[in-house]
Amino acid sequence: MYTIIVGGGKVGYYLAKELAEAKANQDDEVLVIERDAAKCVEIMETLGEIVMRGDGCEAAIQEHAGAHRANLLLAVTGEDEDNLVACQVARHIFKVPRTVARINNPKNELIFRKLGIDFTVSATTAIMAHIEQELPLHSLISLQTLRHGFEIVEIRVPDDSGVVGHSIKDVLLPQQSIIWGIVDKDGTPKTAAADTVIHAGDEIVAVTQKESEDLLRSALTGPAPARSF
Amino acid sequence: MNVVIMGCGRVGSELAVTLSGEGHDVTIIDTNAYQFARFLPETFRGRQITGNGIDQDTLRRAGIEQADAFLAVTSGDNRNVMASQIAKHIFGVERVVCRIYDPAREQMYRKLGLRTTSPTKVGAWLIREALLADHTVPVDVPEGTGVNA
Repeated sequence: MYTIIVGGGKVGYYLAKELAEAKANQDDEVLVIERDAAKCVEIMETLGEIVMRGDGCEAAIQEHAGAHRANLLLAVTGEDEDNLVACQVARHIFKVPRTVARINNPKNELIFRKLGIDFTVSATTAIMAHIEQELPLHSLISLQTLRHGFEIVEIRVPDDSGVVGHSIKDVLLPQQSIIWGIVDKDGTPKTAAADTVIHAGDEIVAVTQKESEDLLRSALTGPAPARSF
Repeated sequence: MNVVIMGCGRVGSELAVTLSGEGHDVTIIDTNAYQFARFLPETFRGRQITGNGIDQDTLRRAGIEQADAFLAVTSGDNRNVMASQIAKHIFGVERVVCRIYDPAREQMYRKLGLRTTSPTKVGAWLIREALLADHTVPVDVPEGTGVNA
C-alpha cells in the first residue's frame, strides 16, 4: 500500500512515523510532501528518505510523487483550503481511491463531504466532544456525522425537562429526527418504542439533521410541555 | 446584480468600484480591514465585510444567500477555489468566477464546472507583446473587455 501525506508539520510527521513503523509488508510505502525546506531536512534526518519537497496541492508535484499509484492520500496541513485542494487534485487527476483531509473549522466537515472528500478529521470537533461529555451544560453531544447532512447525537434528559414521564410518541420532534435508543440512568440500554417512557437522566441517542440540533435539544431538554394526544 | 467579491487587493477593489459604478449591488470581503482604506475610494458605496471568505459564516454575513454572483480574487489559489465551491455548491450562487494563478489547477477546476480564469498566461503574453513591440507604449487591455486565458 502506498500512502502520500501532504504536509510535514507535527501531524504529518507523526503520521509518517507511525505508518513507517507499522509497515505490514515490504510493499508498504509512505511519502511526505512538504513545502518548507527545513522541515524536509528534519524528516529526512529522523525518518529517512521518505520526504519530497514541494507544494502538495500542485498536480506536477503529485505526479512526481507517483500519486497515480497511491492507495491513500492524507492532507494534513494547517490550512483547510490547502487540504481540500490537495484531496481534489489527487482524486480528480490521479484517481487516488481514498482521500482524507484534516480540517480546522468544524463547519467545513459538511462542505468537504459535499465536495467529495471521503473522510475528514477535525481536532476541534474531537476536543469539543470530550469537553462536552464533561460539561453537564452541553446536553447535546454530536457522536458521528453521517451522509446527507445527518448526524448521530446523544442527549441527556435533565430533571426539569418537559418530556420526563412522557412516552416517545408524545414528544414533538423536529422533522427528519428520530430517537434511536435510550441508555437509562443505571446504564441499561432500551429500544426506542412508541410507548417507551422517558425518565430524567436518560441518555437519548438520536439521528437528526445538523441544522435541527438546536430544535431537538430544546424538544428533549426544554421545559416546554410535550404535546399530548 | 447582487455581487459578492472576496479579496480587496488591486483586482478586487477595481472590480468593486467598476461594478458598483455600473449600478450593481456590491459587497466586498477581506480578512484585513486596512485593505478597504488602502484600495477603495471614499466614494465607494458598496458594503465592506471583514472576515475570511472560506468561512461560511462570513459569507452569510456578506449576504451570499441573496447573491447572484460571487467573485474569488484573493492572492491564494486554494482559498479562491474553496470559497468558490462553497458559494456554488453550498449556497447555490448562480454565477461564480474564480481566479486561479496555477494554469494546471485552473484547467482542472474548469473541467469540474467552475467558471475559472488564470491571469498567468495572459500576463506573460502581454509582457511578451510589450517586449516585441516596436514602440515603447505598453499594451493596454481595452476598457470593459473580458480577458480570457
